[in-house]
Amino acid sequence: MDINTFIDNFAGQLDETPADQIKPETNFRDLDEWSSLVALSIIAMVDEEYGVTLKGADIKSAVTVQDLYDAVKSKM
Amino acid sequence: MSSYNPFSLSGKTILVTGASSGIGRTTAIECSKMGGRVVITGRDSNRLQETYQELVGVDHVQVVADLTDSKDVDSLVDSCGILDGLVLCAGIGKISPFQFCTQDKMNDVFAINYFSPVELLRRLVKKKVIAKCGSVVFVASIGGCPGGKFTYGNGIYGASKAALWSMMRFAAKELAIRKIRVNGVNPGMVETNLIKHGIITDEQHKADMETYPLKRYGQPEDIAHGIVYLLSDAASWVTGHSLVIDGGCTI
Ligand SMILES: NC(=O)c1ccc[n+]([C@@H]2O[C@H](COP(=O)([O-])OP(=O)(O)OC[C@H]3O[C@@H](n4cnc5c(N)ncnc54)[C@H](OP(=O)(O)O)[C@@H]3O)[C@@H](O)[C@H]2O)c1
Repeated sequence: MDINTFIDNFAGQLDETPADQIKPETNFRDLDEWSSLVALSIIAMVDEEYGVTLKGADIKSAVTVQDLYDAVKSKM
Repeated sequence: MSSYNPFSLSGKTILVTGASSGIGRTTAIECSKMGGRVVITGRDSNRLQETYQELVGVDHVQVVADLTDSKDVDSLVDSCGILDGLVLCAGIGKISPFQFCTQDKMNDVFAINYFSPVELLRRLVKKKVIAKCGSVVFVASIGGCPGGKFTYGNGIYGASKAALWSMMRFAAKELAIRKIRVNGVNPGMVETNLIKHGIITDEQHKADMETYPLKRYGQPEDIAHGIVYLLSDAASWVTGHSLVIDGGCTI
C-alpha cells in the first residue's frame, strides 16, 4: 500500500475536485463537495481496495488524507 | 370481564425467526407474555438460549438454524408442528453507496433478508402447517418501502425490504383462500445490534434522532407490540398491509 495510489482511490470518490489537488496534507473536510455520502464512499472504497473496515469514528478522528491513509494502514 | 383481552395470544403457537437478538428476541418474549407458545430460532445457540431463558410459560421450543442453509430450514420446518403465527424477523443490514453495490453484496443481503423468509413461508404453506386463521408477519423496514425513507448507502438493504414488502402483498392475496393473514411491520431506526455497525457514528445517530418527531429511536418493544397486534385475533380483518412504526419519521 502506498500513499499515491491511496490518493488516486480517494480522488476517485470525488466528482468536482481535480485529482491533482488532493495531497497527503489536504484537509478533506474543507473540500466543497465533502459530504456524508462521500464519507460512505471512502469507507466502501477502503473495504473494496484494501479489505479494511473503516468506522465512522476513524473518519471523524482523521483530519488530512494522510491521517486516513495511516488509519487504513494500521488496520491492515 | 377482567380476562377480556382481544390481543391475547393464548392457545397460539408462534414461530419467531431472528429470535436470538434485537426485535426478534423481544417479540418472542412478548408473545410468551401474551400467553403464546413460541418456537424460537436463530443461528447463535448461546444467544438463542438467553432468549429461551427469558420466555414466560412452558412448552416453548428452540431450534438453532441458519436460514440460508436449506437443510437447516428443513429441520426447522419439521420441528414446528402446526403454527398459528409466524414472525419472519431474521435479517441483516448493509450500507454501501450505489457504485459499490456489487451483485456479491446483494446476494449476501437478499439471501437472508428476502429469499430466506419467503422460502420458509413457502415450505410451511406447502406442508400445510400454518393453521386456518393463522397470521404471518414479515419484518420489513421504512427503508426502501413505499412511503418510506431512501437514505444514502441503503440501496441494497432497502431493495431487499421492498421486494419482501411486495411478496407480502402477493402472499396475503393468495393465502386469504386459507384464511391465513399476511402482514408486515415497517420499523424506523430501532436500537439493536443491527444499527451498531460503527459506519454511522453515535453523533450522527443522535443528530438523526432529532429529525424524528418523537425525538428518539425505537426500542424493540415498540416493534414487538405491533407484531403482537397483527398476530392476535384483534387484527382478524387486517391482511396485506405493513404497519409503519417509526416515531413519526416518515411524516
Ligand atoms: N434495527 C433497526 O433499526 C431495524 C429497522 C427496520 C427493520 N429492521 C429489521 O428487523 C429485523 C431484526 O433486526 P434487529 O434490528 O433485531 O437486528 P439484530 O439484533 O442484529 O438481529 C438479527 C437477527 O437475525 C438473525 N440472523 C441473521 N442472519 C441469519 C441467518 N443467516 N440465519 C438465521 N438467522 C439469522 C440473527 O441471528 P444470530 O444473531 O443468531 O446470528 C439475529 O437473531 C431485521 O429483518 C431488520 O432488517 C431493523
